[in-house]
Amino acid sequence: MQPINSKKTPLTFDSIEPGAGLAVAMKKSRADIIGEVAASNLRGRGGAGFPTGTKWNLAAAARVKDGEFKYVVCNADEGEPGTFKDRVLLLDYADLVFEGMTIAARAIGAARGILYLRGEYVYMRAHLDAVLDRRRKAGQLGRGVLGVAGFDFDIEIRMGAGAYVCGEETALIESLEGHRGEPRNRPPFPVDTGFLKQPTVVNNVETLASVTAIMARGAAWFKGIGSERSAGFKLFSVSGDCDQPGVYEFPLGITVKELLAKVGGSNAKAVQVGGASGICLPVADFGRRIAFEDVATGGSIIVFGPGRDMLHVAKNFMEFFVEESCGQCTPCRVGNVKLLEGIEKLEQGTCTNAYLKDLLSLCETMQLASKCGLGQSSPNAFVSIVNNFQDEILGRTPVLIRGER
Amino acid sequence: MIVGQQQKMQDEIRELIGQHGRTRAALLPVLQELQRRHASISDFAMQVVADELGIHPAEVYGVVTFYAFLHHVPMGRFQIRLCQTISCDLAGKARVARQLENELGIAFGETTPDGRFSLEWASCLGMCDQGPALLVNDHVYTRVTPDQVHQIIEDCRKVFGAHAAQPTHA
Ligand SMILES: Cc1cc2nc3c(=O)[nH]c(=O)nc-3n(C[C@H](O)[C@H](O)[C@H](O)COP(=O)(O)O)c2cc1C
Ligand code: SF4
Ligand code: FES
Repeated sequence: MQPINSKKTPLTFDSIEPGAGLAVAMKKSRADIIGEVAASNLRGRGGAGFPTGTKWNLAAAARVKDGEFKYVVCNADEGEPGTFKDRVLLLDYADLVFEGMTIAARAIGAARGILYLRGEYVYMRAHLDAVLDRRRKAGQLGRGVLGVAGFDFDIEIRMGAGAYVCGEETALIESLEGHRGEPRNRPPFPVDTGFLKQPTVVNNVETLASVTAIMARGAAWFKGIGSERSAGFKLFSVSGDCDQPGVYEFPLGITVKELLAKVGGSNAKAVQVGGASGICLPVADFGRRIAFEDVATGGSIIVFGPGRDMLHVAKNFMEFFVEESCGQCTPCRVGNVKLLEGIEKLEQGTCTNAYLKDLLSLCETMQLASKCGLGQSSPNAFVSIVNNFQDEILGRTPVLIRGER
Repeated sequence: MIVGQQQKMQDEIRELIGQHGRTRAALLPVLQELQRRHASISDFAMQVVADELGIHPAEVYGVVTFYAFLHHVPMGRFQIRLCQTISCDLAGKARVARQLENELGIAFGETTPDGRFSLEWASCLGMCDQGPALLVNDHVYTRVTPDQVHQIIEDCRKVFGAHAAQPTHA
């Protein structure tokens, strides 16, 4: 009943000595730090895959008035269903994460750091506070980091309170400012108008740890791993019907089939890549690559074995989005409810083909017209399940008790 | 709420705001601490927080009702949250859910009449490789089977000795 260690492969992060990356960074100019990150081709590990070097460049170029600060925010809201690799990083590699924040601060000229930790992870709080304390005592945080006059940077931890949408970076900032976690219109982007209207870099936990590794080992080393357009190694959170669920490290560009073989899930009938907002791949697509240029993911891999009812899977995802939509814009607030009702109709075997077509066109509207990534991607799983598992969708015999299989 | 209690609550909130700063950004940490101490945030507490931060009470109410972990109605001393998301679903959360309802005698979304337990659904807890997962307040349980549910609840009950503090609903 107590949590067990999730790590199933050795991680590259094991070989990165805490302190090494920061030491290298402190010898570089700001432009050179960003240059190195950009040269590594690191792209954000939180899901969207924005080039980290570009983000930092924009924040570095932004100006602040006297008495104001730039901010570095570590996004530890990890709420995408099937994702738990940031939990492992925060518990076992917190130094590398905080070091990445410190390197980012050095690069963009930030004075304050905030780790936004999801409420569900409050049990890590004491551990993380202790690591921060140790780093302060070692001079790695605080006034004059590592004795460099004028480089003042400290990190505070702020807790989320059970809202998936707060992982979206502008909703996260709203939450930090004491508001409901409702995403903002973008632009303006956080790199110029972020926390308290100041330039703010928001990066995922794994992105920041990867920066530390890149500083320690160099951009060329990192770029040498992975595929041509998706540099580096990536952590994968694997769950569902496989022999060895857990956290794995693979180079980007690995095929679904190769991945399934490593986790003991080769008999899978389908794989959900990218969590609830990702897509569901049938066997015919198992040759596809997990990379930014093919199937992108923040690392969530959910395996479905031969006996699974894919409509039930779609329903579970839709229940998630109905629960987690912030309700701010109509396509998402109403659309997800309508889709869930549609799925219930399909489940009862009372859905016409025409109505199913209407649902799919509603999906398109939601993808186009929703304000943030939640509503834009919430129909993905349903659409891919309808397209890939057609024979399971229409003309079902009714389920007698709702929500039961 | 009697006057003495109100005074105590007011002092407590002033102290918390002293710690976190008299700014809007302090709102969530202050509410989270009130939630942790009192298992819910009363109308009175929301009013005091609003007054202290110089914002409208409806703003505070808006924030409290947005976040799943903040409550404006009294909740049990132990809040049990079972993950309902896909990996835990595949791992058999439905049977754990049923057994929780059986043992506690309440349905999801309800609180036991003695104010000890609330039962709620949660979205993915980040323990998907070890489902079904549930949280009891801050504590996470993984790979929960229906036959373990009784023990989890008993462990909580032990905390209520003869002199154990009852929740002081703020
Ligand atoms: C609904 C929604 C939820 C998100 N949740 C997370 C999350 O939990 N963690 C995360 O790092 N990024 C999350 N993101 C992406 C962030 O908005 C942002 O792109 C990311 O933190 C940037 O960091 P990166 O470039 O290092 O990946 C989410 C986005 C959306 C639309
Ligand atoms: S898409 Fe959904 S979550 Fe995003 S702003 Fe609109 S209602 Fe809120
Ligand atoms: S699906 Fe239950 S913990 Fe992630």
